[in-house]
Amino acid sequence: MESFILQILNGLDKGAAYALIALGLTLIFGTLGVVNFAHGALFMLGAFCAVTLNRLLQVSHVVLDETKTDFLGNPRKIEVPYIQDWLGETMGAAIIDWSVPLSIIVTIPVMILIGVIMERGLIKHFYKRPHADQILVTFGLAIVLQEIIKAFFGANPIPTAAPQMFAGSFDFGVLLGFDPFTVFYPYWRLIYFMFSMIVIGAVFAFLQFTTFGMVVRAGMADRETVGLLGINIDRKFTIMFGIAAAVAGLAGVMYTPIVSPNYHMGMDFLVLSFVVVVVGGMGSLPGAVLAGFLLGILQSFASMSVVIEAIPGINQVIIYLVAMVILLVRPRGLMGRKGVMED
Amino acid sequence: MLGLTKRDTALFAIVVAMVVFAPFILNPFPAASPMAQFNAGYPDLMQRFLIFGIFAIGFNILFGLTGYLSFGHAAFLGTGSYAGVWMFKLLSMNVLPAIVIAVVVAGLFSVLIGYISLRRSGIYFSILTLAFAQMSYALAYSVLTPITNGETGLQLSLNDPRILDGAAAADGSLPVPNFFGIEMRSSTELYFGGWEFTLNAGYYLCAVFMIAAFYVSIRIFRSPFGMMLRAVKSNQQRMNYTGLNSRPYTLAAFVISGMFAGLAGGLLVAMDPLAGAERMQWTRSGEVVLMTILGGMGTLIGPVLGAGLIKYLENILSKINDSILHQWFSLFPDGLSDFLVFIVHPFIGKGWNLTLGLVFMLVVIFLPGGLVQGGQKIAALFRRRKPDQPVSVKHPAE
Amino acid sequence: MTRSNFTRRGLLRTGAATGAGLALPTIFTGSAWSAAHSGYTNAPEGGTVTLGFNVPQTGAYADEGADELRAFQLAVEHLNGEGDGGMLQTFSEKNLDGTGILGKKVEFVTGDTATNTDTARSSARSMIEKDGVIMISGGSSSGVAVGVQALCQEAGLIFMAGLTHSNDTTGKDRRANGFRHFFNTEMSGRALAPILEANYGKDRKAYHLTADYTWGWSQEKSMRTYTEAMGWETVNTVLTPVGAGDFSSYITPVAQSGADVLILNHYGGDMVNSLTQAVQFGLKDMQANGKDFTIVVPLYSELMARGAGANIKGIFGSQNWDWKLENEKGDRYKGTNAFVQSFGTKYGFPPSQAAQTCYVQALLYADAVTRGKSFNPCSVAEALEGFEFDGMGNGPTLYRADDHQCFKDVVVVKGKEEPENEFDLVEIVDITPRDTATYPVDHPDFQGGSLGTCNPGA
Repeated sequence: MESFILQILNGLDKGAAYALIALGLTLIFGTLGVVNFAHGALFMLGAFCAVTLNRLLQVSHVVLDETKTDFLGNPRKIEVPYIQDWLGETMGAAIIDWSVPLSIIVTIPVMILIGVIMERGLIKHFYKRPHADQILVTFGLAIVLQEIIKAFFGANPIPTAAPQMFAGSFDFGVLLGFDPFTVFYPYWRLIYFMFSMIVIGAVFAFLQFTTFGMVVRAGMADRETVGLLGINIDRKFTIMFGIAAAVAGLAGVMYTPIVSPNYHMGMDFLVLSFVVVVVGGMGSLPGAVLAGFLLGILQSFASMSVVIEAIPGINQVIIYLVAMVILLVRPRGLMGRKGVMED
Repeated sequence: MLGLTKRDTALFAIVVAMVVFAPFILNPFPAASPMAQFNAGYPDLMQRFLIFGIFAIGFNILFGLTGYLSFGHAAFLGTGSYAGVWMFKLLSMNVLPAIVIAVVVAGLFSVLIGYISLRRSGIYFSILTLAFAQMSYALAYSVLTPITNGETGLQLSLNDPRILDGAAAADGSLPVPNFFGIEMRSSTELYFGGWEFTLNAGYYLCAVFMIAAFYVSIRIFRSPFGMMLRAVKSNQQRMNYTGLNSRPYTLAAFVISGMFAGLAGGLLVAMDPLAGAERMQWTRSGEVVLMTILGGMGTLIGPVLGAGLIKYLENILSKINDSILHQWFSLFPDGLSDFLVFIVHPFIGKGWNLTLGLVFMLVVIFLPGGLVQGGQKIAALFRRRKPDQPVSVKHPAE
Repeated sequence: MTRSNFTRRGLLRTGAATGAGLALPTIFTGSAWSAAHSGYTNAPEGGTVTLGFNVPQTGAYADEGADELRAFQLAVEHLNGEGDGGMLQTFSEKNLDGTGILGKKVEFVTGDTATNTDTARSSARSMIEKDGVIMISGGSSSGVAVGVQALCQEAGLIFMAGLTHSNDTTGKDRRANGFRHFFNTEMSGRALAPILEANYGKDRKAYHLTADYTWGWSQEKSMRTYTEAMGWETVNTVLTPVGAGDFSSYITPVAQSGADVLILNHYGGDMVNSLTQAVQFGLKDMQANGKDFTIVVPLYSELMARGAGANIKGIFGSQNWDWKLENEKGDRYKGTNAFVQSFGTKYGFPPSQAAQTCYVQALLYADAVTRGKSFNPCSVAEALEGFEFDGMGNGPTLYRADDHQCFKDVVVVKGKEEPENEFDLVEIVDITPRDTATYPVDHPDFQGGSLGTCNPGA
């Protein structure tokens, strides 16, 4: 029972990441009709926004400590972050400690800007081109982006910790009457799940309850007609691209304390997020969210050792297996519309 | 000639000539010159040009003609490779049985995957093939280790039975793949002034297969079957309404391209008898997609050019390091040479991926039809100088 | 007309002579990899010799590869008499005098393995065919090392393995032309077990998370053998996909399993993530069976410790070498400081164990050539087999003839509680003497292959 609850939590947590990435991917596909292979790279860029802010906050000047020596016998260099000089040691350290949540504030404008530049500078010219061309150019862009990140940050994962107060686990099993250390879960993962629910809710509310959202939804349904009605749908779509980039970026920022970011994390998520989108149904936002959580939970259950012993290797193939079954049984995914992406 | 139109015969003749004389064409710089860094005329790379050329030609039969974008073709290359190595281990070091079995096994595997995947079209088809390939990769890497030897890769060992010529291992060293006694790695070297050329047996074996594959590809493109496949691409629905069931045609195209991939896999292990699971990873499937689009999808020669360009960048750029750069720029004053090295550094050595990404973007932005279109544009430039001839924008290769 | 040297850049000198020959082509038939008159592959001609350093420059182990490359560059400098000579001064053999190898200046080419056997073999082949290298070294993954070692065997080159820890490299997949200086999972198991017993007692229940590939299985098997021998019970072993990123679904069952030790048979980025997540899930603070729950990582490097940050504190592991050895454990590990000094002066930080093993391998190769007075791989192999040396930072070391594995002391380390700086993340807990680390040639985990005979290529 306990392990069951824990695996559901794991699944919701994984699913939250899948759903956020797939949501952005579907937004771009549904509104612009563009197959964006650089979407994983946007997720990665978001994570590196957090890394960059963390690094910037720790920009230091060197103080030589003559009393100690370094490994070559020279006086030890001690680095003191400027922020600690300016705001005092405790305040400075606290700000560095909180760098990941703080970077949310930075990431939203940065990612919207990156998204808008990407759309105006590159994607715009590919609306009428075949999907194959879109794949090639966005794939090229993804490689370029990740190589640039690698050049600056190296290839190894960069640990970026959550604030100290969220380290460790929340033993909420005790509250429900379980023994201590049976049902407990890291604070940060619980926060990640709640955060993703807020973001998903915000995106849906935005599309549902604003005029802007209404136009975009209309555009997703029938772009031509909306254009004929004299609405500048292109401008709206540019902003949508920015929002999708920001959603992917936010997913990346909050993910950094869970898995240390590295330059190829975007590519690792890319295939998976495409599978999620297709299982959910191309162009269906609720479908993407649903499929994200569904696949996350299934993957968690398949990783239980009881299951692996019964079917060796199932933990590595479950997602693809489910995708295949769903596509064969429900041709357009869970909630897909007819005629999308079948040409 | 050979049942080809005049134009196709010319193209075919050019390809044959290029392949036969590649060891000379690809080594344009004297061995002693600093530019020798850019020579590609060594067996390993030349073999790869041809093998991945075959892979891309096969992929193009499916993708270029029917428009079905498979993201799982690396799985066929991988199964072909494994089948080939098993043939070396169990039967004989002769490459012929290994290549034949590689094609057969990959063909059977593609019948299975094709039959299921082709029930869907568009991106759903792509994701189905991707799912199959990723599953094959994950299983080959872990659970299927007794067959695939996991991460290490399947390789020969001294204890293999090798029913037909087990004696080859008698002297205590591993036997070498051969074609009825001709070792794949044996070469003839020509020295001509400062130039060196290597004529490699394995390369010419690949050449025979590649030329054959190219010929088959021309015939398919020009056949009624090819027309049918093009009809699938332009409007499958209309085809279905006329009462034609398109599935057998697409399945045939899928299996043919799977067998080409198997041939490529078999040749890979014939040149270097080791098969690794990484060959089946989705990035490898993506690579052949990129080769085809980069060269020009739906054209005959495009995929070969795309394969060549990507393999060239991968092998030549990744081997240039800073000390070589310093040597190149040593003619310039110190400050300038350091600056030039600093500018070029991110694009070479470990940064070759960056160059590759930029090339993808540039080609697809400025040459939507791939390298073939680039060639046409250049050709059109020359043609324009003669006033009488109208500018031809038709795809000459189609 | 002279048959030209394979090394391109070394050819500027011979180029003029061959250019004069002009129109008459020379034809030379035979294996691409052999030079008939010298009797072995890529025999160096002229005043230079080229070595090939095939390391991961992209992919998950790129940082380790970069450190290996730094070490190789340093080794080449020292062999050519530049810099301060590093370990050449402390090495027990005094054949190398800074005039290159056998009087030939050492040059090198580099390649990218991408931590991928296919790419690595392709890169190695191009080094052999295009650049005419006489020896290949490097690699930061056992699969790659085994693949490239087999290629060198076929081509008739010496392979000096870099960082490769799986038993198979000198076990099931050993080759006559391949040599490994780094230690292996068997030695890790032998070294760690007594320390674990001393610190955690005989009555423990262990849970293994194992990377699902050759090295992971090898590591798990060795750890099980030696922990079970001292009375530990193995509760469960679970294979995790390589590069999983999020290990939460493998970590959560650990708390309920009744285990009180978690053994993470992970390396590189996988280890950084799985350890960090295990700590996040509170495993380090947990009580189980009335004992403090503990985590063990049998193999980790300084680079990984840096990645895991504070989570590595108090965690036991094993290493081939550590840059603090000579300072802390005395003169037996002579050579360590000389190497750290020249590496640190050149690059500004201390070398990793990957750097040390690659540096030593390059020097050992050069020395073996000099002692055998020939670049012929069979002569080099003969010189290395059964070779006993000292002064290379690991204490007295033996290259065993039977399986081409080096035997030396193994370092048991622990994540430091109060690191003084970013390079000082691990402390040396104990040294397992060479005799304890040595296993018999007929050890069952190393069966299923044979060296074969040395192949000079021609």
